[in-house]
Amino acid sequence: MAEHTDRSTAAPQGEVETFTYLCTGCPLGCRLEVDAVDDDVIEVRGFTCKKGERYGIQEHTDPRRAVSTTVWLGSGPMARLPVRAAEHVPKDEVMAFVQALRGYLVEAPVTCGDIVAEDVAGTGIDLVATRSVAAADDLTVVI
Amino acid sequence: MPITAEPRHLDARYDVTVVGAGPAGLAAAIAARDQGAERILLVDRDAEPGGILRQCIHSGFGLHAFSEDVTGPEYAHRYVERVLERDLDVLTDAYVTDVTREHRVKLMSPTTGVTTVDTGAVVIGTGARERTRAQITIPGERPAGVMTAGLAQKLVNLHGYLPGSRVVILGSGDIGLIMARRLTLEGAEVLGVFELLPHANGLSRNVVQCLDDYDIPLHLSTTVIDIHGHERVERVTVAPVDEDLQPIPDRSRDIDCDTVLLSVGLIPDAELARQLQLSLDQRTGGPVVTSTYETSLPGVFSAGNNLHINDLADWVSQEATVAGAAAADVALGRTRARQDIAVTPGTNVRYVVPHTLSTDLTQTVSFRVKQPIYGDTIVRIGEAHRRKVRAVVPAEMVTITLGPRLLAAYAGETLRVDAVPAEQAEDAGTDGATDRDGAG
Repeated sequence: MAEHTDRSTAAPQGEVETFTYLCTGCPLGCRLEVDAVDDDVIEVRGFTCKKGERYGIQEHTDPRRAVSTTVWLGSGPMARLPVRAAEHVPKDEVMAFVQALRGYLVEAPVTCGDIVAEDVAGTGIDLVATRSVAAADDLTVVI
Repeated sequence: MPITAEPRHLDARYDVTVVGAGPAGLAAAIAARDQGAERILLVDRDAEPGGILRQCIHSGFGLHAFSEDVTGPEYAHRYVERVLERDLDVLTDAYVTDVTREHRVKLMSPTTGVTTVDTGAVVIGTGARERTRAQITIPGERPAGVMTAGLAQKLVNLHGYLPGSRVVILGSGDIGLIMARRLTLEGAEVLGVFELLPHANGLSRNVVQCLDDYDIPLHLSTTVIDIHGHERVERVTVAPVDEDLQPIPDRSRDIDCDTVLLSVGLIPDAELARQLQLSLDQRTGGPVVTSTYETSLPGVFSAGNNLHINDLADWVSQEATVAGAAAADVALGRTRARQDIAVTPGTNVRYVVPHTLSTDLTQTVSFRVKQPIYGDTIVRIGEAHRRKVRAVVPAEMVTITLGPRLLAAYAGETLRVDAVPAEQAEDAGTDGATDRDGAG
Protein backbone atom coordinates (compact mmCIF):
# COMPACT_ATOMS: atom_id res chain seq x y z
CA MET A 1 0.00 0.00 0.00
CA ALA A 2 2.92 2.31 0.67
CA GLU A 3 3.62 2.51 -3.04
CA HIS A 4 0.05 3.51 -3.78
CA THR A 5 0.04 6.14 -1.06
CA ASP A 6 3.20 7.64 -2.53
CA ARG A 7 1.55 7.79 -5.91
CA SER A 8 -1.48 9.64 -4.56
CA THR A 9 0.68 12.25 -2.84
CA ALA A 10 2.46 12.74 -6.16
CA ALA A 11 -0.80 14.38 -7.35
CA PRO A 12 -1.75 12.42 -10.48
CA GLN A 13 -2.90 14.32 -13.52
CA GLY A 14 -6.40 12.77 -13.81
CA GLU A 15 -9.19 12.95 -11.30
CA VAL A 16 -9.58 10.37 -8.56
CA GLU A 17 -12.67 8.25 -9.01
CA THR A 18 -14.17 5.66 -6.69
CA PHE A 19 -15.33 2.33 -8.13
CA THR A 20 -17.23 -0.37 -6.25
CA TYR A 21 -16.82 -4.14 -6.63
CA LEU A 22 -18.24 -7.12 -4.78
CA CYS A 23 -15.45 -9.45 -3.73
CA THR A 24 -16.09 -13.08 -4.71
CA GLY A 25 -13.41 -14.54 -2.47
CA CYS A 26 -15.75 -15.93 0.20
CA PRO A 27 -19.41 -15.83 1.41
CA LEU A 28 -18.74 -12.55 3.19
CA GLY A 29 -19.01 -10.74 -0.17
CA CYS A 30 -17.13 -7.61 0.88
CA ARG A 31 -18.16 -4.43 -0.91
CA LEU A 32 -14.90 -3.00 -2.14
CA GLU A 33 -14.29 0.64 -2.94
CA VAL A 34 -11.38 1.25 -5.25
CA ASP A 35 -10.01 4.77 -5.59
CA ALA A 36 -8.21 5.10 -8.88
CA VAL A 37 -7.07 7.45 -11.56
CA ASP A 38 -7.88 5.46 -14.67
CA ASP A 39 -5.97 2.21 -14.19
CA ASP A 40 -3.78 3.45 -11.38
CA VAL A 41 -5.23 2.15 -8.14
CA ILE A 42 -4.62 4.54 -5.28
CA GLU A 43 -6.46 2.79 -2.51
CA VAL A 44 -8.73 -0.22 -1.94
CA ARG A 45 -11.17 -0.01 0.97
CA GLY A 46 -13.76 -2.36 2.41
CA PHE A 47 -11.74 -5.55 2.24
CA THR A 48 -11.25 -7.66 5.34
CA CYS A 49 -8.42 -9.85 4.08
CA LYS A 50 -5.46 -9.69 1.71
CA LYS A 51 -7.35 -11.68 -0.90
CA GLY A 52 -9.99 -8.94 -1.05
CA GLU A 53 -7.42 -6.23 -1.63
CA ARG A 54 -5.82 -8.21 -4.46
CA TYR A 55 -9.23 -8.89 -5.98
CA GLY A 56 -10.05 -5.19 -5.96
CA ILE A 57 -6.85 -4.27 -7.81
CA GLN A 58 -7.17 -7.10 -10.36
CA GLU A 59 -10.85 -6.41 -10.95
CA HIS A 60 -10.21 -2.73 -11.53
CA THR A 61 -7.11 -2.95 -13.67
CA ASP A 62 -7.63 -6.13 -15.71
CA PRO A 63 -10.89 -7.97 -15.06
CA ARG A 64 -10.84 -11.47 -16.61
CA ARG A 65 -13.23 -14.40 -16.57
CA ALA A 66 -13.07 -18.14 -17.02
CA VAL A 67 -15.09 -18.85 -20.18
CA SER A 68 -16.72 -22.12 -21.15
CA THR A 69 -19.19 -22.87 -23.89
CA THR A 70 -20.03 -25.63 -26.37
CA VAL A 71 -19.41 -26.15 -30.11
CA TRP A 72 -21.05 -28.51 -32.58
CA LEU A 73 -19.80 -32.06 -32.59
CA GLY A 74 -19.75 -33.69 -36.04
CA SER A 75 -20.45 -37.14 -34.67
CA GLY A 76 -20.73 -38.63 -31.23
CA PRO A 77 -23.15 -39.48 -28.47
CA MET A 78 -24.37 -35.88 -28.12
CA ALA A 79 -24.71 -32.84 -30.37
CA ARG A 80 -22.39 -30.50 -28.51
CA LEU A 81 -18.79 -30.68 -27.36
CA PRO A 82 -18.01 -28.77 -24.14
CA VAL A 83 -14.99 -26.45 -24.45
CA ARG A 84 -13.25 -23.76 -22.45
CA ALA A 85 -10.87 -20.89 -23.08
CA ALA A 86 -7.28 -22.01 -22.41
CA GLU A 87 -6.82 -18.97 -20.16
CA HIS A 88 -9.02 -16.32 -18.61
CA VAL A 89 -10.51 -13.93 -21.17
CA PRO A 90 -10.66 -10.15 -20.67
CA LYS A 91 -14.18 -9.45 -19.40
CA ASP A 92 -15.06 -7.12 -22.29
CA GLU A 93 -14.14 -9.76 -24.87
CA VAL A 94 -16.11 -12.67 -23.39
CA MET A 95 -19.19 -12.10 -25.54
CA ALA A 96 -17.18 -11.82 -28.76
CA PHE A 97 -15.20 -14.92 -27.81
CA VAL A 98 -18.33 -17.03 -27.40
CA GLN A 99 -20.17 -15.57 -30.40
CA ALA A 100 -17.21 -16.26 -32.70
CA LEU A 101 -17.72 -19.96 -31.94
CA ARG A 102 -21.34 -20.04 -33.03
CA GLY A 103 -21.61 -22.62 -35.80
CA TYR A 104 -18.08 -23.90 -35.16
CA LEU A 105 -17.84 -27.65 -35.76
CA VAL A 106 -15.38 -30.17 -34.33
CA GLU A 107 -15.11 -33.72 -35.63
CA ALA A 108 -14.58 -36.69 -33.32
CA PRO A 109 -12.36 -38.24 -32.11
CA VAL A 110 -11.46 -35.62 -29.53
CA THR A 111 -9.40 -36.06 -26.39
CA CYS A 112 -10.04 -34.01 -23.25
CA GLY A 113 -7.40 -31.28 -23.25
CA ASP A 114 -7.02 -31.05 -27.07
CA ILE A 115 -6.80 -27.57 -28.54
CA VAL A 116 -9.74 -27.46 -30.97
CA ALA A 117 -9.42 -23.82 -32.13
CA GLU A 118 -6.60 -21.27 -31.99
CA ASP A 119 -6.67 -17.54 -31.30
CA VAL A 120 -10.44 -17.26 -30.93
CA ALA A 121 -11.86 -13.87 -32.00
CA GLY A 122 -8.39 -12.33 -32.10
CA THR A 123 -7.93 -12.66 -28.36
CA GLY A 124 -4.81 -14.79 -28.79
CA ILE A 125 -6.51 -17.37 -26.60
CA ASP A 126 -7.01 -20.98 -27.73
CA LEU A 127 -10.00 -23.25 -27.20
CA VAL A 128 -9.65 -26.52 -25.27
CA ALA A 129 -11.96 -29.56 -25.34
CA THR A 130 -13.17 -30.47 -21.83
CA ARG A 131 -14.16 -34.04 -22.60
CA SER A 132 -13.17 -36.90 -24.90
CA VAL A 133 -15.33 -38.29 -27.69
CA ALA A 134 -14.56 -41.49 -29.59
CA ALA A 135 -14.47 -41.68 -33.38
CA ALA A 136 -17.88 -42.24 -34.94
CA ASP A 137 -17.08 -45.80 -36.07
CA ASP A 138 -15.70 -46.81 -32.68
CA LEU A 139 -18.54 -48.30 -30.70
CA THR A 140 -16.71 -48.55 -27.41
CA VAL A 141 -17.35 -45.63 -25.11
CA VAL A 142 -14.14 -43.74 -24.54
CA ILE A 143 -13.76 -41.19 -21.83
CA MET B 1 -10.05 -47.57 -22.88
CA PRO B 2 -13.43 -49.19 -23.20
CA ILE B 3 -15.80 -49.32 -20.28
CA THR B 4 -16.80 -52.87 -19.43
CA ALA B 5 -20.11 -53.45 -21.15
CA GLU B 6 -20.77 -56.90 -19.72
CA PRO B 7 -20.54 -57.05 -15.96
CA ARG B 8 -18.36 -60.03 -15.05
CA HIS B 9 -19.93 -61.29 -11.85
CA LEU B 10 -23.65 -61.10 -12.47
CA ASP B 11 -24.07 -64.81 -11.73
CA ALA B 12 -21.97 -64.73 -8.59
CA ARG B 13 -21.85 -61.88 -6.13
CA TYR B 14 -20.50 -58.36 -6.06
CA ASP B 15 -18.78 -56.94 -3.00
CA VAL B 16 -20.10 -53.44 -3.56
CA THR B 17 -22.78 -52.19 -5.96
CA VAL B 18 -22.94 -48.44 -6.53
CA VAL B 19 -26.17 -46.95 -7.89
CA GLY B 20 -25.47 -43.84 -9.97
CA ALA B 21 -22.19 -42.85 -11.67
CA GLY B 22 -22.20 -39.10 -10.95
CA PRO B 23 -19.67 -37.47 -8.63
CA ALA B 24 -20.89 -39.57 -5.67
CA GLY B 25 -20.96 -42.96 -7.40
CA LEU B 26 -17.63 -42.50 -9.17
CA ALA B 27 -15.82 -41.57 -5.95
CA ALA B 28 -17.54 -44.34 -3.96
CA ALA B 29 -16.59 -47.04 -6.48
CA ILE B 30 -12.97 -45.90 -6.58
CA ALA B 31 -12.74 -45.79 -2.78
CA ALA B 32 -14.32 -49.25 -2.44
CA ARG B 33 -11.63 -50.72 -4.69
CA ASP B 34 -8.84 -48.85 -2.91
CA GLN B 35 -10.15 -50.23 0.37
CA GLY B 36 -9.71 -53.78 -0.92
CA ALA B 37 -13.05 -54.78 -2.43
CA GLU B 38 -12.48 -56.82 -5.60
CA ARG B 39 -15.86 -57.05 -7.28
CA ILE B 40 -17.43 -53.67 -7.77
CA LEU B 41 -20.38 -52.82 -9.99
CA LEU B 42 -21.12 -49.21 -10.91
CA VAL B 43 -24.57 -48.74 -12.50
CA ASP B 44 -25.91 -45.67 -14.29
CA ARG B 45 -29.10 -45.04 -16.23
CA ASP B 46 -27.38 -42.72 -18.72
CA ALA B 47 -25.34 -43.87 -21.74
CA GLU B 48 -22.07 -42.92 -20.05
CA PRO B 49 -20.81 -42.16 -16.55
CA GLY B 50 -20.46 -38.60 -15.22
CA GLY B 51 -24.00 -37.75 -14.20
CA ILE B 52 -25.00 -34.09 -14.17
CA LEU B 53 -21.32 -33.06 -14.36
CA ARG B 54 -21.56 -33.74 -18.10
CA GLN B 55 -23.89 -30.78 -18.61
CA CYS B 56 -22.18 -28.49 -16.06
CA ILE B 57 -19.71 -27.09 -18.60
CA HIS B 58 -18.75 -24.13 -16.39
CA SER B 59 -15.67 -23.99 -14.16
CA GLY B 60 -15.59 -23.87 -10.37
CA PHE B 61 -15.16 -27.58 -9.81
CA GLY B 62 -12.16 -29.29 -8.26
CA LEU B 63 -10.84 -26.48 -6.06
CA HIS B 64 -10.91 -28.87 -3.09
CA ALA B 65 -10.53 -32.24 -4.86
CA PHE B 66 -7.66 -31.24 -7.17
CA SER B 67 -6.59 -27.79 -5.88
CA GLU B 68 -7.36 -26.65 -9.41
CA ASP B 69 -10.31 -24.92 -11.07
CA VAL B 70 -11.81 -27.26 -13.69
CA THR B 71 -15.12 -27.60 -15.54
CA GLY B 72 -17.77 -30.24 -14.77
CA PRO B 73 -16.89 -32.50 -17.74
CA GLU B 74 -13.19 -32.32 -16.84
CA TYR B 75 -14.00 -33.18 -13.22
CA ALA B 76 -15.99 -36.21 -14.40
CA HIS B 77 -13.22 -37.17 -16.84
CA ARG B 78 -10.63 -37.34 -14.05
CA TYR B 79 -12.82 -39.59 -11.91
CA VAL B 80 -13.81 -41.82 -14.84
CA GLU B 81 -10.12 -42.26 -15.70
CA ARG B 82 -9.53 -43.50 -12.14
CA VAL B 83 -12.44 -45.93 -12.49
CA LEU B 84 -10.99 -47.27 -15.74
CA GLU B 85 -7.51 -47.67 -14.23
CA ARG B 86 -9.09 -49.87 -11.58
CA ASP B 87 -10.92 -52.02 -14.13
CA LEU B 88 -14.27 -51.81 -12.33
CA ASP B 89 -17.48 -53.12 -13.92
CA VAL B 90 -19.49 -50.19 -15.23
CA LEU B 91 -22.98 -50.86 -16.52
CA THR B 92 -24.55 -47.91 -18.35
CA ASP B 93 -28.04 -47.56 -19.87
CA ALA B 94 -29.11 -49.52 -16.80
CA TYR B 95 -31.86 -48.73 -14.35
CA VAL B 96 -31.99 -50.04 -10.79
CA THR B 97 -35.64 -50.76 -10.08
CA ASP B 98 -35.36 -52.20 -6.62
CA VAL B 99 -32.95 -52.98 -3.81
CA THR B 100 -34.10 -55.47 -1.21
CA ARG B 101 -33.26 -55.41 2.45
CA GLU B 102 -31.09 -58.49 1.76
CA HIS B 103 -28.93 -56.43 -0.65
CA ARG B 104 -30.32 -57.91 -3.84
CA VAL B 105 -30.18 -55.27 -6.53
CA LYS B 106 -32.75 -55.64 -9.29
CA LEU B 107 -31.82 -53.84 -12.50
CA MET B 108 -32.57 -53.77 -16.19
CA SER B 109 -30.52 -52.78 -19.22
CA PRO B 110 -30.42 -53.56 -22.95
CA THR B 111 -27.41 -55.86 -22.47
CA THR B 112 -28.48 -57.71 -19.32
CA GLY B 113 -32.26 -57.63 -19.55
CA VAL B 114 -33.97 -57.77 -16.16
CA THR B 115 -31.59 -59.29 -13.66
CA THR B 116 -30.84 -59.47 -9.95
CA VAL B 117 -27.40 -58.92 -8.48
CA ASP B 118 -26.39 -60.11 -5.03
CA THR B 119 -24.06 -57.73 -3.31
CA GLY B 120 -22.30 -57.39 0.03
CA ALA B 121 -22.99 -53.66 0.31
CA VAL B 122 -24.83 -50.98 -1.66
CA VAL B 123 -23.94 -47.31 -2.07
CA ILE B 124 -26.82 -45.09 -3.19
CA GLY B 125 -25.50 -42.22 -5.29
CA THR B 126 -28.66 -41.23 -7.14
CA GLY B 127 -28.30 -37.49 -6.69
CA ALA B 128 -31.18 -35.06 -6.63
CA ARG B 129 -34.16 -33.87 -8.61
CA GLU B 130 -35.08 -30.27 -9.30
CA ARG B 131 -38.17 -28.82 -7.70
CA THR B 132 -40.71 -28.15 -10.43
CA ARG B 133 -43.69 -25.89 -10.94
CA ALA B 134 -45.83 -28.53 -9.19
CA GLN B 135 -43.89 -28.11 -5.94
CA ILE B 136 -44.18 -24.32 -5.81
CA THR B 137 -47.74 -24.04 -7.18
CA ILE B 138 -47.59 -21.01 -9.47
CA PRO B 139 -51.13 -20.25 -10.63
CA GLY B 140 -51.93 -19.54 -14.26
CA GLU B 141 -52.09 -21.35 -17.55
CA ARG B 142 -50.07 -24.36 -18.60
CA PRO B 143 -48.26 -23.28 -21.76
CA ALA B 144 -45.02 -24.71 -23.16
CA GLY B 145 -41.86 -22.85 -22.18
CA VAL B 146 -41.90 -23.44 -18.42
CA MET B 147 -39.03 -25.70 -17.39
CA THR B 148 -36.41 -26.27 -14.73
CA ALA B 149 -33.04 -24.58 -15.10
CA GLY B 150 -31.30 -27.96 -15.21
CA LEU B 151 -33.42 -29.09 -18.14
CA ALA B 152 -32.55 -25.90 -20.01
CA GLN B 153 -28.89 -26.62 -19.20
CA LYS B 154 -29.20 -30.09 -20.69
CA LEU B 155 -30.95 -28.77 -23.83
CA VAL B 156 -28.31 -26.09 -24.44
CA ASN B 157 -25.12 -27.86 -23.40
CA LEU B 158 -25.72 -31.42 -24.57
CA HIS B 159 -28.29 -31.13 -27.35
CA GLY B 160 -27.65 -27.66 -28.75
CA TYR B 161 -31.18 -26.28 -28.46
CA LEU B 162 -31.88 -22.78 -27.20
CA PRO B 163 -35.10 -23.10 -25.15
CA GLY B 164 -36.32 -19.55 -25.77
CA SER B 165 -35.40 -16.00 -26.65
CA ARG B 166 -36.90 -13.88 -23.85
CA VAL B 167 -36.33 -15.58 -20.52
CA VAL B 168 -37.51 -14.94 -16.97
CA ILE B 169 -35.84 -16.95 -14.20
CA LEU B 170 -37.69 -17.68 -10.97
CA GLY B 171 -35.39 -18.50 -8.06
CA SER B 172 -31.74 -17.58 -7.55
CA GLY B 173 -30.27 -21.04 -7.09
CA ASP B 174 -26.85 -21.60 -8.63
CA ILE B 175 -28.16 -23.45 -11.68
CA GLY B 176 -30.51 -20.56 -12.46
CA LEU B 177 -27.70 -18.01 -12.14
CA ILE B 178 -25.40 -20.07 -14.33
CA MET B 179 -28.13 -20.50 -16.94
CA ALA B 180 -28.79 -16.75 -16.94
CA ARG B 181 -25.22 -16.27 -18.16
CA ARG B 182 -25.25 -19.27 -20.45
CA LEU B 183 -28.44 -18.22 -22.26
CA THR B 184 -27.15 -14.64 -22.58
CA LEU B 185 -23.93 -15.88 -24.17
CA GLU B 186 -26.00 -17.99 -26.58
CA GLY B 187 -28.00 -14.97 -27.68
CA ALA B 188 -31.16 -15.12 -25.56
CA GLU B 189 -32.31 -12.11 -23.56
CA VAL B 190 -32.58 -12.81 -19.83
CA LEU B 191 -35.02 -10.26 -18.47
CA GLY B 192 -34.41 -10.83 -14.79
CA VAL B 193 -34.00 -13.26 -11.92
CA PHE B 194 -36.76 -13.15 -9.32
CA GLU B 195 -36.13 -14.38 -5.78
CA LEU B 196 -38.83 -14.76 -3.12
CA LEU B 197 -36.36 -14.41 -0.23
CA PRO B 198 -34.53 -11.20 0.66
CA HIS B 199 -31.18 -12.81 -0.20
CA ALA B 200 -29.79 -14.72 -3.19
CA ASN B 201 -29.85 -18.48 -2.92
CA GLY B 202 -26.75 -19.12 -5.00
CA LEU B 203 -23.08 -18.52 -4.31
CA SER B 204 -22.06 -14.84 -4.29
CA ARG B 205 -19.46 -15.43 -6.99
CA ASN B 206 -22.28 -16.57 -9.27
CA VAL B 207 -24.34 -13.46 -8.58
CA VAL B 208 -21.36 -11.31 -9.58
CA GLN B 209 -20.07 -13.31 -12.55
CA CYS B 210 -23.38 -14.53 -14.00
CA LEU B 211 -25.73 -11.60 -13.38
CA ASP B 212 -23.77 -8.42 -12.65
CA ASP B 213 -21.34 -9.01 -15.55
CA TYR B 214 -24.24 -9.06 -18.00
CA ASP B 215 -26.41 -6.42 -16.33
CA ILE B 216 -29.11 -9.00 -15.58
CA PRO B 217 -31.25 -7.63 -12.75
CA LEU B 218 -31.76 -9.67 -9.57
CA HIS B 219 -35.10 -8.78 -7.96
CA LEU B 220 -35.07 -9.91 -4.32
CA SER B 221 -38.29 -10.34 -2.28
CA THR B 222 -40.17 -10.67 -5.57
CA THR B 223 -41.90 -13.64 -7.15
CA VAL B 224 -43.87 -14.80 -10.19
CA ILE B 225 -47.58 -14.88 -9.31
CA ASP B 226 -49.04 -15.76 -12.71
CA ILE B 227 -48.00 -17.31 -16.02
CA HIS B 228 -49.95 -16.36 -19.16
CA GLY B 229 -50.09 -17.96 -22.61
CA HIS B 230 -52.04 -20.63 -24.47
CA GLU B 231 -49.66 -22.63 -26.65
CA ARG B 232 -46.51 -20.92 -25.45
CA VAL B 233 -45.60 -18.62 -22.55
CA GLU B 234 -46.50 -15.04 -23.53
CA ARG B 235 -45.91 -13.14 -20.30
CA VAL B 236 -45.63 -13.50 -16.54
CA THR B 237 -46.93 -11.37 -13.68
CA VAL B 238 -44.39 -10.60 -10.97
CA ALA B 239 -45.03 -8.97 -7.60
CA PRO B 240 -42.98 -7.99 -4.57
CA VAL B 241 -43.66 -9.93 -1.36
CA ASP B 242 -44.17 -8.67 2.18
CA GLU B 243 -42.26 -9.78 5.28
CA ASP B 244 -44.37 -12.94 5.48
CA LEU B 245 -43.39 -13.74 1.85
CA GLN B 246 -46.96 -13.00 0.70
CA PRO B 247 -47.21 -11.31 -2.73
CA ILE B 248 -48.50 -7.72 -2.86
CA PRO B 249 -50.77 -7.86 -5.96
CA ASP B 250 -51.29 -4.06 -6.03
CA ARG B 251 -47.66 -3.67 -6.94
CA SER B 252 -47.56 -6.38 -9.59
CA ARG B 253 -46.39 -5.88 -13.16
CA ASP B 254 -46.34 -7.95 -16.35
CA ILE B 255 -43.25 -8.97 -18.30
CA ASP B 256 -43.43 -10.21 -21.90
CA CYS B 257 -41.40 -13.39 -22.26
CA ASP B 258 -41.51 -16.80 -23.96
CA THR B 259 -39.68 -18.89 -21.38
CA VAL B 260 -39.76 -19.30 -17.60
CA LEU B 261 -36.89 -21.17 -15.94
CA LEU B 262 -37.32 -22.48 -12.42
CA SER B 263 -34.32 -22.58 -10.12
CA VAL B 264 -36.16 -23.19 -6.89
CA GLY B 265 -34.13 -25.86 -5.22
CA LEU B 266 -33.20 -29.51 -5.36
CA ILE B 267 -34.75 -32.46 -3.56
CA PRO B 268 -32.72 -35.57 -2.68
CA ASP B 269 -33.74 -38.46 -4.93
CA ALA B 270 -34.79 -40.73 -2.07
CA GLU B 271 -36.81 -43.22 -4.13
CA LEU B 272 -34.60 -46.17 -3.24
CA ALA B 273 -34.37 -44.99 0.35
CA ARG B 274 -38.15 -45.02 0.59
CA GLN B 275 -38.45 -48.43 -1.07
CA LEU B 276 -35.97 -49.75 1.46
CA GLN B 277 -37.90 -48.04 4.26
CA LEU B 278 -34.75 -46.33 5.49
CA SER B 279 -35.07 -43.83 8.33
CA LEU B 280 -35.31 -40.41 6.69
CA ASP B 281 -34.39 -36.98 8.02
CA GLN B 282 -37.34 -34.64 7.40
CA ARG B 283 -34.98 -31.66 7.29
CA THR B 284 -32.69 -32.96 4.53
CA GLY B 285 -35.18 -35.22 2.74
CA GLY B 286 -32.48 -37.91 2.67
CA PRO B 287 -31.61 -40.88 4.87
CA VAL B 288 -30.36 -40.76 8.45
CA VAL B 289 -26.70 -41.86 8.36
CA THR B 290 -23.73 -42.70 10.57
CA SER B 291 -20.39 -40.96 10.30
CA THR B 292 -19.46 -43.39 7.50
CA TYR B 293 -22.76 -42.62 5.70
CA GLU B 294 -24.34 -46.00 6.47
CA THR B 295 -28.13 -45.78 6.58
CA SER B 296 -30.51 -47.39 9.06
CA LEU B 297 -30.25 -50.60 7.00
CA PRO B 298 -26.82 -52.16 7.64
CA GLY B 299 -24.75 -52.44 4.47
CA VAL B 300 -26.66 -49.73 2.61
CA PHE B 301 -24.87 -46.40 2.29
CA SER B 302 -25.95 -43.00 0.96
CA ALA B 303 -23.68 -40.20 -0.24
CA GLY B 304 -23.99 -37.05 -2.30
CA ASN B 305 -27.15 -35.16 -3.17
CA ASN B 306 -29.49 -38.07 -2.41
CA LEU B 307 -28.29 -37.70 1.19
CA HIS B 308 -28.44 -33.91 1.41
CA ILE B 309 -28.03 -31.13 -1.14
CA ASN B 310 -24.39 -30.13 -1.47
CA ASP B 311 -23.28 -26.88 -3.10
CA LEU B 312 -20.00 -28.30 -4.43
CA ALA B 313 -19.30 -31.56 -6.27
CA ASP B 314 -16.04 -31.66 -4.34
CA TRP B 315 -17.92 -32.19 -1.07
CA VAL B 316 -19.97 -34.94 -2.73
CA SER B 317 -16.81 -36.78 -3.80
CA GLN B 318 -15.39 -36.38 -0.32
CA GLU B 319 -18.35 -37.94 1.48
CA ALA B 320 -18.75 -40.65 -1.18
CA THR B 321 -15.10 -41.61 -0.69
CA VAL B 322 -15.83 -42.25 2.98
CA ALA B 323 -19.02 -44.16 2.12
CA GLY B 324 -17.35 -46.31 -0.56
CA ALA B 325 -14.49 -47.31 1.72
CA ALA B 326 -16.89 -48.16 4.55
CA ALA B 327 -19.07 -50.18 2.13
CA ALA B 328 -15.99 -52.22 1.21
CA ASP B 329 -15.26 -52.79 4.91
CA VAL B 330 -18.79 -54.09 5.47
CA ALA B 331 -18.67 -56.31 2.36
CA LEU B 332 -15.36 -57.79 3.50
CA GLY B 333 -16.69 -58.49 6.99
CA ARG B 334 -14.52 -55.98 8.81
CA THR B 335 -15.66 -54.46 12.11
CA ARG B 336 -17.52 -51.15 11.91
CA ALA B 337 -16.45 -48.11 13.86
CA ARG B 338 -18.78 -47.68 16.83
CA GLN B 339 -21.23 -44.78 16.57
CA ASP B 340 -21.38 -43.46 20.09
CA ILE B 341 -22.17 -39.76 19.70
CA ALA B 342 -25.42 -38.27 18.40
CA VAL B 343 -25.43 -34.97 16.49
CA THR B 344 -28.40 -32.61 16.34
CA PRO B 345 -29.04 -29.14 14.80
CA GLY B 346 -29.18 -26.31 17.35
CA THR B 347 -29.37 -22.52 17.12
CA ASN B 348 -29.61 -21.20 13.55
CA VAL B 349 -28.76 -24.60 12.06
CA ARG B 350 -31.21 -26.11 9.56
CA TYR B 351 -29.71 -29.58 9.42
CA VAL B 352 -26.57 -31.56 10.23
CA VAL B 353 -25.14 -34.57 8.42
CA PRO B 354 -24.12 -37.18 9.55
CA HIS B 355 -26.48 -37.96 12.39
CA THR B 356 -24.01 -39.86 14.56
CA LEU B 357 -20.25 -39.66 15.09
CA SER B 358 -17.65 -42.15 16.18
CA THR B 359 -15.02 -41.62 18.84
CA ASP B 360 -12.86 -43.96 16.69
CA LEU B 361 -12.64 -41.85 13.54
CA THR B 362 -11.72 -38.53 12.01
CA GLN B 363 -14.91 -37.43 10.31
CA THR B 364 -16.57 -34.49 8.63
CA VAL B 365 -19.68 -32.74 9.91
CA SER B 366 -21.63 -30.75 7.27
CA PHE B 367 -24.43 -28.32 8.01
CA ARG B 368 -26.41 -25.41 6.67
CA VAL B 369 -27.59 -22.34 8.55
CA LYS B 370 -31.12 -20.95 8.56
CA GLN B 371 -30.28 -17.24 8.58
CA PRO B 372 -27.22 -15.54 7.11
CA ILE B 373 -24.68 -14.01 9.50
CA TYR B 374 -22.54 -11.43 7.68
CA GLY B 375 -19.68 -11.20 10.11
CA ASP B 376 -17.60 -13.21 12.53
CA THR B 377 -19.51 -16.32 13.45
CA ILE B 378 -18.87 -18.94 16.08
CA VAL B 379 -19.68 -22.52 15.19
CA ARG B 380 -20.20 -24.59 18.34
CA ILE B 381 -20.30 -28.36 18.24
CA GLY B 382 -21.41 -29.24 21.74
CA GLU B 383 -18.84 -28.05 24.22
CA ALA B 384 -16.26 -29.98 22.25
CA HIS B 385 -15.43 -27.63 19.46
CA ARG B 386 -15.66 -23.95 18.75
CA ARG B 387 -14.51 -22.42 15.53
CA LYS B 388 -14.63 -18.90 14.26
CA VAL B 389 -15.69 -18.51 10.63
CA ARG B 390 -15.91 -15.25 8.70
CA ALA B 391 -19.53 -15.49 7.63
CA VAL B 392 -22.24 -18.07 7.11
CA VAL B 393 -25.06 -17.98 4.56
CA PRO B 394 -27.73 -20.61 3.79
CA ALA B 395 -26.37 -21.03 0.25
CA GLU B 396 -22.97 -22.21 1.43
CA MET B 397 -22.63 -25.47 3.32
CA VAL B 398 -20.25 -25.41 6.26
CA THR B 399 -17.98 -28.42 6.82
CA ILE B 400 -15.91 -29.08 9.93
CA THR B 401 -13.59 -32.01 10.55
CA LEU B 402 -13.48 -33.56 14.02
CA GLY B 403 -11.06 -36.18 15.28
CA PRO B 404 -11.09 -38.91 17.95
CA ARG B 405 -8.91 -37.00 20.42
CA LEU B 406 -11.45 -34.20 20.61
CA LEU B 407 -14.50 -36.44 20.65
CA ALA B 408 -13.24 -38.99 23.19
CA ALA B 409 -14.74 -37.14 26.14
CA TYR B 410 -18.23 -37.07 24.59
CA ALA B 411 -19.02 -40.76 24.13
CA GLY B 412 -22.69 -41.45 24.77
CA GLU B 413 -23.66 -37.79 24.53
CA THR B 414 -25.56 -35.66 22.02
CA LEU B 415 -23.59 -32.85 20.42
CA ARG B 416 -25.61 -29.82 19.39
CA VAL B 417 -24.40 -27.72 16.46
CA ASP B 418 -24.97 -23.94 16.72
CA ALA B 419 -23.95 -21.08 14.44
CA VAL B 420 -24.23 -17.73 16.19
CA PRO B 421 -22.76 -14.24 15.80
CA ALA B 422 -19.43 -14.00 17.63
CA GLU B 423 -20.78 -11.45 20.17
CA GLN B 424 -23.60 -13.78 21.24
CA ALA B 425 -21.27 -16.75 21.54
CA GLU B 426 -19.12 -14.87 24.01
CA ASP B 427 -22.15 -13.93 26.10
CA ALA B 428 -23.04 -17.60 26.36
CA GLY B 429 -19.72 -18.35 28.02
CA THR B 430 -16.96 -20.42 26.51
CA ASP B 431 -13.70 -21.99 27.46
CA GLY B 432 -12.19 -19.80 24.75
CA ALA B 433 -9.82 -22.46 23.51
CA THR B 434 -9.92 -23.37 19.85
CA ASP B 435 -9.24 -27.05 19.73
CA ARG B 436 -7.76 -27.97 16.38
CA ASP B 437 -7.81 -31.70 16.90
CA GLY B 438 -8.40 -33.42 13.61
CA ALA B 439 -9.13 -30.18 11.78
CA GLY B 440 -7.63 -29.58 8.35
